[in-house]
Amino acid sequence: MNTNEISETAGTPGEAYTRRRFLQNTALAVGAIELGIAGIARAQSATEPVMTMAGDPDSIQPFQVNFPDEALADLKQRILATRWPEQEAVTDDTQGVQLSTIQAVAKYWVTDYDWRKFEVRLNALPQFTTEIDGLDIHFIHVRSKHENALPIIVTHGWPGSIVEQLKIIEPLTNPTAHGASAADAFHVVIPSLPGYGFSGKPTAPGWDIARISRTWVTLMKRLGYAHFVAAGGDVGAQVVDELGVQAPPELLAIHSNMPGTVPDDVAKALNNHEPPPAGLSADEQHAWDQLDFFYKKGLGYAIEMSNRPQTLYGLMDSPIGLAAWMIDHDIRSEELISRAFAGKTEGLSRDDVLDNITLYWLTKTAVSSARSYWDYSATAKKGFFDVKGATVPVAVGAFPDEIYTAPRSWAERAYPKLIHYNKLPKGGHFAAWEQPQFYCEEIRASFKSLRA
Amino acid sequence: MKTENQIEDLPGDAAKTSEEHSYNRRRFLRDTALVVGAAQLGVAGLAGAQPEPVAATQEPEIIRPFQISIPDEDLAELRRRVLAAKWPDHETVTDDSQGVQLATSQELARYWATDYDWRKVEVKLNSLPQFVTTIDGVDIHFIHVRSQHENALPIIITHGWPGSIIEQLKIIEPLTNPTAYDGSAEDAFDVVIPSMPGYGFSGKPTTTGWNPERIARTWATLMARLGYTHYVAQGGDWGAFICNAMAEQAPAGLLGIHVNFPSTIPTEIGKAIMAGNPPPAGLSADERRAYEQRLDLINKHYGYAIEMGNRPQTLTGLVDSPVGLAAWMMDHDGRSCGQISDLFVNGRPFGAITRDDILDNITLYWLTNTAISSARLYWENKGKWSLSAVNVSIPAAVSVFPGETYQAPRSWTEKAYHKLIYFHETDKGGHFAAWEQPEIFAEEVRAGFRSLRA
Repeated sequence: MNTNEISETAGTPGEAYTRRRFLQNTALAVGAIELGIAGIARAQSATEPVMTMAGDPDSIQPFQVNFPDEALADLKQRILATRWPEQEAVTDDTQGVQLSTIQAVAKYWVTDYDWRKFEVRLNALPQFTTEIDGLDIHFIHVRSKHENALPIIVTHGWPGSIVEQLKIIEPLTNPTAHGASAADAFHVVIPSLPGYGFSGKPTAPGWDIARISRTWVTLMKRLGYAHFVAAGGDVGAQVVDELGVQAPPELLAIHSNMPGTVPDDVAKALNNHEPPPAGLSADEQHAWDQLDFFYKKGLGYAIEMSNRPQTLYGLMDSPIGLAAWMIDHDIRSEELISRAFAGKTEGLSRDDVLDNITLYWLTKTAVSSARSYWDYSATAKKGFFDVKGATVPVAVGAFPDEIYTAPRSWAERAYPKLIHYNKLPKGGHFAAWEQPQFYCEEIRASFKSLRA
Repeated sequence: MKTENQIEDLPGDAAKTSEEHSYNRRRFLRDTALVVGAAQLGVAGLAGAQPEPVAATQEPEIIRPFQISIPDEDLAELRRRVLAAKWPDHETVTDDSQGVQLATSQELARYWATDYDWRKVEVKLNSLPQFVTTIDGVDIHFIHVRSQHENALPIIITHGWPGSIIEQLKIIEPLTNPTAYDGSAEDAFDVVIPSMPGYGFSGKPTTTGWNPERIARTWATLMARLGYTHYVAQGGDWGAFICNAMAEQAPAGLLGIHVNFPSTIPTEIGKAIMAGNPPPAGLSADERRAYEQRLDLINKHYGYAIEMGNRPQTLTGLVDSPVGLAAWMMDHDGRSCGQISDLFVNGRPFGAITRDDILDNITLYWLTNTAISSARLYWENKGKWSLSAVNVSIPAAVSVFPGETYQAPRSWTEKAYHKLIYFHETDKGGHFAAWEQPEIFAEEVRAGFRSLRA
């Protein structure tokens, strides 16, 4: 291992520092469809966009999900055979996902959970794959019946997936059935990131956020859209911020529910374990506290994924290992999910959570999705929550239980063209998934001003 | 290992789970003398020398002989799991810059399932005097070998993570029987090799508070219980932090410490490293090298420690997947990971460490189900930057091995260990110094403590 990588030019951090900087800019307290998927072609409906001929490199193929029974039986058998640790030495979740929680997950997973229900739901949606830049990209594409609907591409993150976006499809494409007007309709495109879900897994490094953003522009153009907006959270928020920096002519605006707004002096103070800059407002101090907590206590998984994704064999070999790792993405989400499995469903149901985890398991994307963090951090110049320099119109939805709730003041500083800012009363990291109604209202409101 | 809690048996609340846990374990262990408090169970298979079960709470100062006897079914289950492993795709790079390479893991798994034999190390361990004694509510397992030489100096040697007593097996003979190794009788030691709480065959704490300071006090109690009025302490990795704590506590019997992983980093330097800054001006060449080594490790190879320090209970994959556990353990640091990979894939020697050694250690963690209990030590120590310069005033000997994750400069070491009686940079050896270079290590320990002999 090269121990001298960091000393390139005087004062210039090398690749290793850049990698770490992606995560936080702060100190540490810390195609090809090669899976067991039988894709079945299905005839296109009349509302689908222009399809190219099969054999054309830009062709768009219909897609269906159908995992064999053996895969589901194997999953069940593994869960039943789980070898458990002893209970945590605390009476709460301060040491991680509690034994009682993960055992409740296991119990529901083998007794009540039914993947086939989810498969049916997914297969009722128009799904496609198309090859872009050498990689198969899977996406859901639902066109509104309303002709002047605004095309939107909505991107998930880690440990998310297309599962997070399913509840928003109907309200966005069919607003009149949900108390909104036809003028608020969207054509919805929901892709899976490279290495996630039914998209292909890259076989070479380089699939960073910039490449994904360019790929999304290609996708929207291939679907025939001359103009579109983009929304996202988590990794999806990195993508929309990057789209905002690339500013392709087709992009009208972005919406982020995890925007990069942390001012440089705040980021630096967090990094150096210094006290916050003087004069923070109440909202800003709250954001500081949230970030401070996350950087000191919540970053372990992200650092491991950014540096050593291939080491995570346990996530591929143990369904419960995978489940615990995914549930523990951030403390508010972990608590929400724990409450759900204790019988207090709120935002996310047990089926929701297991649809997502099972998707990761069946598509064998635990390590490929972890590897995405390695790829992102290889070229990232700023941290996850830092200001990226988007110049396009930007809409921000600040949810209370997100990793940090971006204050309006920071959003205004970060985005010269802030066209919308809203603080939502409820919802966390998986905003669209947990609070689809709030999220859809938020999306409609954000882009209203762009409508012709 | 057959799981105690099949899903169908899962009770609704945690209290019942732990009860059922312990009942099943006691039933399993009914032939053993080592019936300990339910909460401390976490041990795979034990066969006792005493016919009567002895409850720990009744006779806490008893030192009970210990033997290992892992049931065949546990070994068969392990093999089954390794053979049934589900693998990720190949890394997208041609080296280990994304983590333990697929070829490495698969070769280790192949050897583990086909050629590796746990019984060999079980026999070896059972040929050594092993004991368990309860201190501060936790069972402490230890190996205790007395030298034949009269004035042998008692030494307590502590492992780290992902280490264990397995690392120390090859130094027992050189330390207790120096004349067979080109040493002199005056350099003999009585050797005590404990396992930290949550590791190996020691018990698992069920409450918080088992930080290095508490372990250090426990070790002082252990040595007193063994009848030693004068002794020294040695350690690497966590073992070194334990030694530092013992030195700061300065129990009556402790003459001095030897560490091969000294805590020497000045506070401001440590802050700069953690902030990811380039080295400040004014460092000597040695200091700059140490700075860059730590910075490199923190930047690239520290994720496991942060996750363990914050969310140990989340690591259920390590308890449920042997190959998951193996990779996580192998990936402690870049050099060790590379050496272990080379050993398995290319047959390149890693000092005295063999493939069987590596798997003895990993299998020990697996069979004792200590992946998470061992991780909790990181949680207990959270927020403390462990290589921060200590303030040790009792005699201290320091050995700097070239392959350690950082080579402590003498300038920093002298400021942290105020009575530095020995400082030496060896020619060979790395983080697992005793394991990799047992004879060099033994000579370091002899030389380090020579001046303390009466």
